[in-house]
Amino acid sequence: MKNKKCNMILAVFSLSLPAILTGCGSSQGGANGEVIVYNWGEYIDPDTIDMFEEETGIKVVYDEFETNEIMYPKVESGAASYDVVCPSDYMISKMIENDMLAPINFENIPNARKNINAQYFEQSKSFDPGNKYSIPYCWGTVGILYNKTMVEEPITSWAQLWDEKYSDNILMQDSVRDAFMVAEKMNGFSMNTVDPTELETAKNSLIEQKPLVQAYVIDQVRDKMIGGEAAIGVIYSGEAIYTQRENPDLEYVIPEEGTNVWIDSWVILKDAPNKENAEKFIDFMCRGDIALKNFEYITYSTPNDAARALIEDESIKNSSIAFPDLSQYNNLETYVYLGEDGDALYNNLWKEVKSN
Amino acid sequence: MTSKNKWLSSPYILWSVMFIIIPLGMIFYYGLTDKTGAFTLENITAIATAEHAKALWLSLLLSIISTVICFLLAYPLAMILSNMKVNQHSFIILIFILPMWMNFLLRTLAWQTLLEKNGVINSILNFLHLPGMNIINTPYAIILGMVYNFLPFMVLPLYNVLSKIDENVLDASRDLGAGSVHTFFRIILPLSIPGIISGITMVFVPALTTFVISTLLGGSKILLIGNVIEQEFTQASNWHLGSGLSIVLMIFIILNMIASAIFDKEGEGSML
Amino acid sequence: MKNTAKHIYTALIFLFLYAPIATLMVLSFNASKTRSKWGGFTINWYSRLFQNEEILEALGNTLLIAVVSAFVATIIGTIACVAMTGMKKRSRTILMGITNIPMLNAEIVTGISLMLLFISMGLRFGLGTILLSHITFNIPYVILSVMPRMKQLNPSTYEAALDLGASHVTAFFKVVFPDLLPGVLSGFLMAFTMSLDDFIITHFTKGAGVDTLSTKIYTEVKKGIKPEMYALSTLIFITVLILLLLVNMAPAKNKTPKNPKPL
Repeated sequence: MKNKKCNMILAVFSLSLPAILTGCGSSQGGANGEVIVYNWGEYIDPDTIDMFEEETGIKVVYDEFETNEIMYPKVESGAASYDVVCPSDYMISKMIENDMLAPINFENIPNARKNINAQYFEQSKSFDPGNKYSIPYCWGTVGILYNKTMVEEPITSWAQLWDEKYSDNILMQDSVRDAFMVAEKMNGFSMNTVDPTELETAKNSLIEQKPLVQAYVIDQVRDKMIGGEAAIGVIYSGEAIYTQRENPDLEYVIPEEGTNVWIDSWVILKDAPNKENAEKFIDFMCRGDIALKNFEYITYSTPNDAARALIEDESIKNSSIAFPDLSQYNNLETYVYLGEDGDALYNNLWKEVKSN
Repeated sequence: MTSKNKWLSSPYILWSVMFIIIPLGMIFYYGLTDKTGAFTLENITAIATAEHAKALWLSLLLSIISTVICFLLAYPLAMILSNMKVNQHSFIILIFILPMWMNFLLRTLAWQTLLEKNGVINSILNFLHLPGMNIINTPYAIILGMVYNFLPFMVLPLYNVLSKIDENVLDASRDLGAGSVHTFFRIILPLSIPGIISGITMVFVPALTTFVISTLLGGSKILLIGNVIEQEFTQASNWHLGSGLSIVLMIFIILNMIASAIFDKEGEGSML
Repeated sequence: MKNTAKHIYTALIFLFLYAPIATLMVLSFNASKTRSKWGGFTINWYSRLFQNEEILEALGNTLLIAVVSAFVATIIGTIACVAMTGMKKRSRTILMGITNIPMLNAEIVTGISLMLLFISMGLRFGLGTILLSHITFNIPYVILSVMPRMKQLNPSTYEAALDLGASHVTAFFKVVFPDLLPGVLSGFLMAFTMSLDDFIITHFTKGAGVDTLSTKIYTEVKKGIKPEMYALSTLIFITVLILLLLVNMAPAKNKTPKNPKPL
């Protein structure tokens, strides 16, 4: 198959791009079968996949998604049969509710309990009661990234995102839940609220804020903050270390009103064709040295104690951004699935904000 | 000829039924049912809600403006190009398609780098002590993005028809005493109508449904109908509403048909 | 004077079209990983590119899909154009209306509707499903490029050829096709390019582990575009540009006269 492909391309494009030649390097299926992994884009160090294939003889078919919502219908429809997926908290509870996940046999994944700090399993209970279906892979907080040279006082609160001083200098997150989380926390509500009056208040806050916002963005916060395009931006903590490295004027803070603690976890699908290999894959990812490699590559906080112990750079190891002491903060919450009605409510309100 | 042609059209008809009509039927099914599978018109009438109507109106406005700008830019250019003594038509065509060999997303991101407050253009203006330009995250940036991305779709069909006009016809017109303005409006413009219609379709339609451009260059502050549909499918997971709103957008197929029927005086090939 | 104005106008349009391309090229030599900071000059990303198997495989897939889908779409589309001119006005209108659907529909709707179709057909998602989808959305571009040419054809030349004893096939290839060729060619190129550029439809119709450049780029957006991508884009662009210049400067064997006179 691969060879045929090469020939066809070469026949047609023999003049151009000798690069194709190297692109068709053969990769045969593993001696011990395969495992099909569906993960966030750029959310793993590709070396660790090679290492896994070498050590176990299992071929990894690796696919990536951009958002939980894009991942869900593809998995649900069975368009492609995956074994291991790495969704976020609230999506895991939705998948549990819709009976899409297989309970995990922790005996086959010894590294999970051994290396993953128990507090993250505790935190996971909000979306996976009893810790039956998920094993934390990455976690983090959502906070404010600000440019010290562009603000007049230190940023400590979500409310400062409503300060007219920073008009046209504010970057908000362009996703329903994250945007509403900011407004809800600012108003002192739970970020999982479905109370109509509370949501109405949050919506009005967002509409009030809109003229001050430079742009609603997801991935662009990083580049825009590094380039000094804006003074304040709402950002995931995993991006903060990288942005600081590129621009030392940037500072990350968890606002005093509390925020979202999110967890992305490995799950095994109920219809997974290669359950055993899936367990081996997850176990491998929970190994200290592998988790360390992944942490260094993607810079999102790892819940893996063994990996953290191996970090050589003391400033990163004790970084309050990568490893904040969560007991110091109030009102930390994790998203839960709000049900179809709750989701619809949020989406409609968000549309009102955006079209205003 | 006719009997042969009937046979010739069968592969395409077969393909259309399989990969256009049947999938379209599925969209109609989703658009006309609710989550329980019961028939409803709710997803269609949802276009009348304030947010959706506004999004549709904005999309129409921006895409019409972009189409007009594209046309005004492209027509003179296509005329200049068709008069050039270039032997290889494919060369000119390639020049316009070449930018598309860089990925659409990368090109649009590049505009961000160019237009940002501390971007390339402003740095140059700054260096020349000229006032800066602040259009990123405004509707103007979206229009710019649309014109940039879809301009080739307008130039190419125009160039295609204009270069096909027989020079003898133009000579004849001049010999008969027509001025260049007269020749243009009486000969060139009418002869290029198939290209104009084709160009308008190719610009207006993608501009109307885009969501990437408004997200990247509009800072996501302006909600277009494309964004609404995209969000219903990828964020809200409400395929029924997304399908319903797409059905509404399909009304523009019909409008398109009517427009081209009016413009096609000879009554042949009414869709172009 | 008038010519100068024409040249300036053309130059401005090209500047507009190529400014972002130049920006991307410059970024491919940027030592800093972020697009918003200049970190000095480097050609490092080019050597990194050739070690990156994932990107190279995605490139292979992209080219394969683009070539095959554009080729098939051009054949089906051109035949359809020829067939449509002989059709009754009403059926032609209907068929052209159907043709416009994949262009008019929001891409995401086309993508999802095809995904639903493939699921119901029980097809395995992979290169094959991507190909079918790409051919589908490529055909309209071919038809829209060929149709204006078709309409400018003088049907009597074709009939004259038949009267002179040519078979339908010969008459088509000797008389009709040369006049259609520019349209067919631009249709093919358009189809090829649209396929190269597509993300959304590919995303919904691809299977696990099959990536094209654009799906790769979209997933990369999450963590920032890797500079290797800028490097690859620059290489592709330069390659095509050089090929184009070579073709154009080579002694032309089959130059078509600018305004082919009717027979």
